[in-house]
Amino acid sequence: MTATEQPFIATMANPILEQFDRVAKRSANSEPNWLLPIRKAGLSKFSESGFPTQRGEDWRFTNTAQVAKLPFQLSEKSTSESLTSDILNDATFGSLGGIRLVFVNGFYSERLSDPHHNSNGIHVGTLSRGFETAADLIKQHIGKCASNDDNSFEHLNAAFFQDGAFVHVSANVHLEEPIHLVFVSTEEASGATIHLRNLVIAESGARFTLTENYFSIKGVSYVTNTVTNFVVRDSAFVEHIKFQDESLDAFHLATLHSDLGAASRYISHSFALGARLSRNTIRSKLNGPGLECVFNGLYITRKDQVADHHMVIEHTQPNCASHEYFNGILDDQSKGIFHGRILVQPEAQKTDAKQTNKNILLSDSATVNTKPQLEIYADDVKCTHGATIGQLNEESIFYLRSRGIGQETARRMLIHSFAGEIIERVDYKPAREELDQLIWSRLEQNPRLSENKQLP
Amino acid sequence: MKQPILEITNLHAGVEGKQILKGVNLRITEGEVHAIMGPNGSGKSTLAAILAGREGYSITEGQIHYYGKDLLEMSPEARAREGVFLAFQYPVEIPGVNTTYFLKAAVNEVRKHNGLSEYDAMEFLNLVKEKMKILHLPEDFLKRPVNAGFSGGEKKRNEIFQMVVLDPKLAILDETDSGLDIDALKVVSAGVNKLKRQDNAQLVITHYQRLLDYIIPDFVHVLFNGEIVRTGGKELALELEERGYDWILKEELQTA
Ligand SMILES: Nc1ncnc2c1ncn2[C@@H]1O[C@H](COP(=O)(O)OP(=O)(O)O)[C@@H](O)[C@H]1O
Ligand SMILES: [Mg+2]
Repeated sequence: MTATEQPFIATMANPILEQFDRVAKRSANSEPNWLLPIRKAGLSKFSESGFPTQRGEDWRFTNTAQVAKLPFQLSEKSTSESLTSDILNDATFGSLGGIRLVFVNGFYSERLSDPHHNSNGIHVGTLSRGFETAADLIKQHIGKCASNDDNSFEHLNAAFFQDGAFVHVSANVHLEEPIHLVFVSTEEASGATIHLRNLVIAESGARFTLTENYFSIKGVSYVTNTVTNFVVRDSAFVEHIKFQDESLDAFHLATLHSDLGAASRYISHSFALGARLSRNTIRSKLNGPGLECVFNGLYITRKDQVADHHMVIEHTQPNCASHEYFNGILDDQSKGIFHGRILVQPEAQKTDAKQTNKNILLSDSATVNTKPQLEIYADDVKCTHGATIGQLNEESIFYLRSRGIGQETARRMLIHSFAGEIIERVDYKPAREELDQLIWSRLEQNPRLSENKQLP
Repeated sequence: MKQPILEITNLHAGVEGKQILKGVNLRITEGEVHAIMGPNGSGKSTLAAILAGREGYSITEGQIHYYGKDLLEMSPEARAREGVFLAFQYPVEIPGVNTTYFLKAAVNEVRKHNGLSEYDAMEFLNLVKEKMKILHLPEDFLKRPVNAGFSGGEKKRNEIFQMVVLDPKLAILDETDSGLDIDALKVVSAGVNKLKRQDNAQLVITHYQRLLDYIIPDFVHVLFNGEIVRTGGKELALELEERGYDWILKEELQTA
């Protein structure tokens, strides 16, 4: 460590340093030698910034004090064999076919996974194994994203990540069935922190769907800190479906990077249903002309949940389209946060950018902070943005009732359709149908929305 | 003997302390077509909305009976299930609710209420297909979200389409003709005339006489400043067209 880092490190919570010693030792023994400097840089940057505070613009509405207060403890490899493949098959997307990697508390489970190593141009395995077989490729990408962003959870992740998925699909390879990354927590103690790092590379013309599913077996306040990097080369088409359904006591901190090539298509969906606090920090670089990307999200919250999506999309090339659609359905005292910034650089002429954030509040105490932003330095562009926050539209309810549809059914129809606007954009049909049913039944579990119950 | 369908007696109603209807009396019997005409702001849409059960109006005096029942006691959905239908002056856009899904739900609510079995997807499709043709609606119409992105004319045709599908006892058309060109007007009128039977009735609210060339009323009422100031046959509409509303108002003032 350099001398300048010393004072910061000294003030850091001891558990973090102690645990880093262990990680550093393990790294020196088993990881390629270029990785330890990246980890150390991550630790050092984290030590400078500490956990984010609400004084910073990027975290103004989201309080991470609860995360900082938890005893910092790296998750341990689970020895429990209670997790059966039945549980996984019943989980979201579990019955869809395809390649599946399962991580339990951040550790790869060979028993539950069905990987695919280097045949037919498809590689789906763990990052730690990737260090042995594809170190150079991983090296090119793994540190790159972290270095240019002031995101302290990402730095913490660089220092501590345990494992994750490494997906590499060769040029022009099309997958019929999705790749599933399953992250399940069986944590039983509060404060355990799971650090995951995933790298997904789609070579030019590759085409596939990838799902990420985060869920928990027990309700304790553990932390998931996950970073997923997508590299989508020219003319590739990748659909990414993230489903976050962790325990309402858990904290979910996620960073999603995408580097997109010319004429590529990237559709990324974020379904945020679980966790007491969930934050998706989304950064996308549109590196080639003529590409199209869509960020599409739905958050459904209740009790004291907080769901935060924070997005920066940077247009640096001409003729690209980026569309963001985020809908929120908020109940009780829960809180939704949307920050979307579209940056259009001078050279990005003919940009087509669109951003909407719509929210329905089911209770008087639910709140939303929304901030759609356009920052445009090119002159020939088509950019729109907008946000709404409100109750269900009374005119619409009356219209439906005047046709014989009962009041409660009318309300449910409108809420379902509000969620449906987002679900409809899922391209992979079996996943779309599953999400439609799942979210419908989840909404039905809400006593305010279920059939035959009067509103208070 | 023909039954009365709707009996409005001395109806006084308003919003937030503002009196809009000031003693409306109207009786509609099976098989009849009634027209209500009147200048803008006279209370036509308010009357229609109260009949359909929109919230937010206070009824300070008077009664409304529908087949002998107290209409004001019924929820909007209960009225619809018993055969009241309002074609909105400004139909509401509901993005995300598919037209088939919406209309099938509505049809089945009415059927359930009448003790009939619910239609499945095929039966529903058979019911609506021919009716879509009457209203000149495009093929993909059923797949689109309710009224979302429709032109003004499409929205009005959609109202009448729903009306024909739901086959109400009392159809109330609130300025369905406004904003329609002559071809669309004919299409809409054909839909309304298809519906006309000896056991139902239509209440046609309009600003212009034009619509009444195609939907021939048995009675024409003039609503002015919250009161029905004149009732006549279909020739009253023609007279209004020629002479405007002013002469009626003058006569009213003289007799008052
Ligand atoms: N919700 C309301 N709040 C206040 N005033 C209203 C409301 N609805 C109608 N009005 C007033 O009542 C009068 C009658 O309106 P309306 O029934 O729409 O007339 P019409 O349909 O004959 O043009 C108008 O002066 C209108 O401004
Ligand atoms: Mg009107």
